[in-house]
Amino acid sequence: MSVARRWSIPLLLLLIAAGCKDQGAQAPASGTSGSTAAPAGGAGATIGAALSLTGPAASYGALQRAGIQAALEEVNAGGGAKLNVLIEDDSSTKEQGITVFQKFINRDKVSAIIGPTLSNTASAADPLAQQAKVPVLGISNTAPTGITDIGNYIWRDSLTEAQVIPGAFKKAQEKLKFKSAGVLYGNDDVFTKAGYDVMQKALADLGVKVVGTQTFAKPDRDYNAQLTALVSAKPDVLVVSALADNAAAIVTQARQRGWTGAMLGGNGFNSPAFIKNAGAAAEGVMVGTSWNSLSQDAANQKFLAAMKKTGVNPDQFSAQAYTGVIILAEAVKQAGGKTGREDINAGLAKVKDLDTPLGKFSFTQGRDARHEPSVQQVKDGKFQIVQ
Amino acid sequence: MGQQVLNGIFLGSIYALFAVGYTLVFGVLDILNLAHQAVFMLAAFVALALVADAHLSLWVALPLAVVAGGLIGIVLERLAFRPLRGRADSNISGLISSLAMATVFEAIALQIFGPDISRFPQDTFPDRVIQIGGATASLLQICIVAISVVLMAVLTLLLARTRLGRQIRAVAESPRAARILGVNVDRAIAMAFFLSSALGGAAGVLFGLAFNSISPDVGRGVELKGLAVIILGGMGSIPGAVIAGFALGVIEVFTVAQLGSSFRDVVSFAVLFLVLIARPRGLLGRAAAREA
Repeated sequence: MSVARRWSIPLLLLLIAAGCKDQGAQAPASGTSGSTAAPAGGAGATIGAALSLTGPAASYGALQRAGIQAALEEVNAGGGAKLNVLIEDDSSTKEQGITVFQKFINRDKVSAIIGPTLSNTASAADPLAQQAKVPVLGISNTAPTGITDIGNYIWRDSLTEAQVIPGAFKKAQEKLKFKSAGVLYGNDDVFTKAGYDVMQKALADLGVKVVGTQTFAKPDRDYNAQLTALVSAKPDVLVVSALADNAAAIVTQARQRGWTGAMLGGNGFNSPAFIKNAGAAAEGVMVGTSWNSLSQDAANQKFLAAMKKTGVNPDQFSAQAYTGVIILAEAVKQAGGKTGREDINAGLAKVKDLDTPLGKFSFTQGRDARHEPSVQQVKDGKFQIVQ
Repeated sequence: MGQQVLNGIFLGSIYALFAVGYTLVFGVLDILNLAHQAVFMLAAFVALALVADAHLSLWVALPLAVVAGGLIGIVLERLAFRPLRGRADSNISGLISSLAMATVFEAIALQIFGPDISRFPQDTFPDRVIQIGGATASLLQICIVAISVVLMAVLTLLLARTRLGRQIRAVAESPRAARILGVNVDRAIAMAFFLSSALGGAAGVLFGLAFNSISPDVGRGVELKGLAVIILGGMGSIPGAVIAGFALGVIEVFTVAQLGSSFRDVVSFAVLFLVLIARPRGLLGRAAAREA
């Protein structure tokens, strides 16, 4: 009997099995990371926070947790409503996000939910909360569509890519005077794909010619093929829509490919982890941001001081997470101290011109965030606001 | 164009190195070692720990990690394969026990290193770019291709010229005949696992350096590619695995650049499918005469 024939059936099964295996098994199941930062007893609202503490978005989740804990200390030390936050890991996946939402809604009976970290997860998990009429406040979902359109219980304090990118690109063009661009984006993720759509429109509005467009998938490690194709088209800038882990690798490999020009990133670049992992390659990369670290507003200074106590370097994600808790506390206050799901949802609608680290904060008619964005650039290993 | 060929050769050299070890064990034992990818991953982590935590130079850490890979291979053989040897269905049960070992190895890595992506420190390798004609390659990439080619050449020489190589080939041909002629079959098989896993480990370290991201599941994508490479090259054929490794690397790079990343694996596996229809033994596969 021939070797090939004897092995053909096991091999076939194996290929199928291996193909399927990759889909769901990227991170360990986690249900044990629940932690509380406030005493559970007494009158107060219980909030569930679904954060990506493991998986590709783990670098954001850790910062969000720090932001939430910093805000809780402040809110609970004040005289107003007491909040109690349960933090669970959504593993950066839709599946785990849904599991965590179900736990919050049915078992923990939370008044409201913060998160999940990724738009991709939110698009799958938020409908559960909408159905159960539990208000959700997204603190980092920036896909322009498919989040708050889910329904009238879904809110967010994060500006969408559509709100940040056009302004950021305009400012970048004023500084760099580019006329052509090569674009690279992740086409298997709601957020990076949506970011690409906005970037494409922003570039067209600025009259920038796109000389090449390439794609990648989240698990990819090698971007040399795409970068070679883009660099050979000789664009003035490279525009990249990617999550922080991919972004660091892309920027590093682009520099290795001999690319010395400017690079513009989407919101995924907004993480200290990006700079840490990309090292010197990150220098000069420009990103739109919803948080101005240099803002002298009292609310921002208070946030910076609170973060100093946690020992975590503040960034946009921790600022938005911090703001999320402040907004929920304000919503409870607006609801007259009542902590029912409907009360908080009604209270959120009344939040207006609230002082937060992000600036004066209000919601739009569509329950999206409204405040001023900024642009920042990596300089000497740090994000610095471009004035 | 030239640059893309270079990118393909670079990627292909890692695939080839991975697949050479994979196919060596298959050639000797007729068993697919599905834990090969886990050895690949563990060796990368060993090198990372030596460089990042023990602050060793890469040139010390690399050979140590390769030897560690080989030792893991010997453990693997003792635990997953030797107890089953001689049973009627040892091919399938070995396949499954190696899958179990892969899961165990991944769980160990998950416990020690966590689920997130780990990276080599920034200054592990000098950042230098070299011009070759119109194309550029980093010093690291050139070293990776060179190390892969040297290791594959060493393996070929070792199998062709040394006493150990002759013993391994004799066992591949017929374990019973080899035993009658005085070959220590168990030792020859253990050494084949050592060599195979050392090469797989070397591929893992080079992959980790090349793309600077190591996680406990890093081997899975490469495992599928490696499987395609050894089938394409002809199961058990070492030159076949080398040729197929480079070919798949180049095919993959051109697929991504021309058709988009969604087609990354589609074209590779379509080629595999077509080759299997036209030539079921693979490119350089042996005729199955000795089995008859």
